[in-house]
Amino acid sequence: MVGILEDKDRIFTNLYGLHDWGLEGAKQRGCWNGVRDMIDAGPAWIIDNMKQSGLRGRGGAGFGTGLKWSFMPKEVKEGRPHYLVVNADESEPGTCKDREIMRHDPHLLIEGCLIASFAMQAHACYIYMRGEYVREREVLEAAIKQAYDAKLIGKNNVHGWDFDVFVHHGGGAYICGEETALLESLEGKKGQPRLKPPFPAGAGLYGCPTTVNNVESIAVAGPILRRGAAWFAGFGRPNNTGTKLFCVSGHVNLPCNVEEAMSIPFKQLMEDHCGGIRGGWGNLKAVIPGGSSVRMIPAEQCEDVLMDFDALRDLGSGLGTAAVIVMDKSTDLVRAIARLSYFYKHESCGQCTPCREGTGWMWRVMERMATGEAEMHEIDTLLDVTTQVEGHTICALGDAAAWPIQGLFKHFRHEVEDRITNYRIGKPHVQGATLIAAE
Amino acid sequence: MSVRRLSKTQPASFAFSKESMKQADWWIAKYPPGKQQSAVIPLLWVVQKQEGWVSEPSIQAIAKLLSMPVIRVLEVATFYTMFQLEPVGKVAFVQLCGTTPCMLCGANDLKKVLEAKIGHKNHISADGKFSWEEVECLGACSNAPMAAINDYYYEDLTPESLAKILDDFAAGKKPKPGSYDGRLASEPRGAIKTLVDPKLYDGSLAKKIKIPNLPEKPKKTAKSEEKTGA
Repeated sequence: MVGILEDKDRIFTNLYGLHDWGLEGAKQRGCWNGVRDMIDAGPAWIIDNMKQSGLRGRGGAGFGTGLKWSFMPKEVKEGRPHYLVVNADESEPGTCKDREIMRHDPHLLIEGCLIASFAMQAHACYIYMRGEYVREREVLEAAIKQAYDAKLIGKNNVHGWDFDVFVHHGGGAYICGEETALLESLEGKKGQPRLKPPFPAGAGLYGCPTTVNNVESIAVAGPILRRGAAWFAGFGRPNNTGTKLFCVSGHVNLPCNVEEAMSIPFKQLMEDHCGGIRGGWGNLKAVIPGGSSVRMIPAEQCEDVLMDFDALRDLGSGLGTAAVIVMDKSTDLVRAIARLSYFYKHESCGQCTPCREGTGWMWRVMERMATGEAEMHEIDTLLDVTTQVEGHTICALGDAAAWPIQGLFKHFRHEVEDRITNYRIGKPHVQGATLIAAE
Repeated sequence: MSVRRLSKTQPASFAFSKESMKQADWWIAKYPPGKQQSAVIPLLWVVQKQEGWVSEPSIQAIAKLLSMPVIRVLEVATFYTMFQLEPVGKVAFVQLCGTTPCMLCGANDLKKVLEAKIGHKNHISADGKFSWEEVECLGACSNAPMAAINDYYYEDLTPESLAKILDDFAAGKKPKPGSYDGRLASEPRGAIKTLVDPKLYDGSLAKKIKIPNLPEKPKKTAKSEEKTGA
């Protein structure tokens, strides 16, 4: 057997697109089976079972999905319909799992939308897809049409809950992955995050109660209820339960997406599914374990770390979206993080000053660190600035821009220092070295 | 943030084609009455598909169609980087992902190919057929390095395969999107060890099942109680 999870326990059985994504194929694989019974059992039963499964949101923050659903008002007030919004704006560097769900297992997502919407008494659901996923959008639209034609969703459907699902798309802005920016964008505005409170469950889309969930969190709802909360909770460690899609990219022999049990040891994930690190385990330098926004961990900590929320948090990193970016010894880590700094500079929405100005400033300094054209004391100035951006913005993009830099200096400060020293060797005078920092 | 301005040279007018208008109506119908502003991003995209880029007259046309102020459409068009505010290559518009996961796997080598074949980024080639830009993560990181060419993803590229793809476009062919190292999607190359159990696909999962933990007292029990009572 490979890895921990057995084939019979996998949720995304068409992850690699080897089988029919259409309705017939999906039904063969068990999708839509027993949904009527779940609906008949009522919203409270669904939410209760989702809570018991221990499912934590798969979009990065890891907030309990069942708990989130329970925050919605129990009664629907006149003129204030409830909405489910699915966050399919997958843009976190390293993450490519929702794409596979939408193009290869779209019916699992649609089924989950119906169940979640019913649990929250919503009759309409919007799936906010990133604009660049054109092929994926075509497949999902086709799958939704199949579901309408088969009366699985729509007015007077076989499940007895009138329900419409609409696909919406964005315009290539990373910030729209933040739930309130996503809602702004869905209302036809610039994607700038809203202040919370009010939380979307109180006032979300068009000012109505709304819940925003990640694609993977919604798509697993059907299988969890079909097989029982206890089944799902049986994988992984307590508080980190279930199965999870891992997206592995970078310096491994076989980069891939794979569904595994939570809390799988990092080393086993690499060796069993990804063909090992390029050049062997000893060639590993560092790993960004949860998408670009989390702090990297160095090779020595990778030896026995478990891939789950708590284990990675204890190392000062995070599971995020479980997008594992592997970097071997040939990697220029400073350059890699400087490129991420450019990403955050490019994607800052410009609303909060610390982020708008800070991301650009951090990027410019990181570019100089990458060549070595900096001064030693600038390292501390840079770290100081990261802490001034972190936690001082409306949304978490400021934090996300600060953490990769902090992770780099936490573990590899000596590399930057060596680079600065080496840049000066043999140069009688370094142009601009007396400047404190860029601008 | 990135500074984005409208093009200095603008066409005199813009009109929706019949097909675009049909699509616009389809999008607007997705949103509740009075919330048609929601359709602004999809409509900008429809316009971009029709014209190749987003011009000022088209922004005004969208504002009129959705009965919203022109400035609100302009804001959206300049905020979202997917909207091209200058004309792009007519035959192939290459959007190369340059973010770290792709960079680790050789995106910088691909840039050299694009520079040699097309020229500087954000400039159209002399014949007007090609242009390229570097974009941020396109969300296909397990298939890095990759580029989106005219909307569709070309994955697992090498300098050689990218050069071949560009040559094919130049020769009037339509190269197939997808992976260029023999993969179907994001499976481990040539070594699929999971999802091989035939029981997942033989239809046994489609048989009627009993959902676990169902509550004790839904309708059926209530009815049977009535019967016993009667």
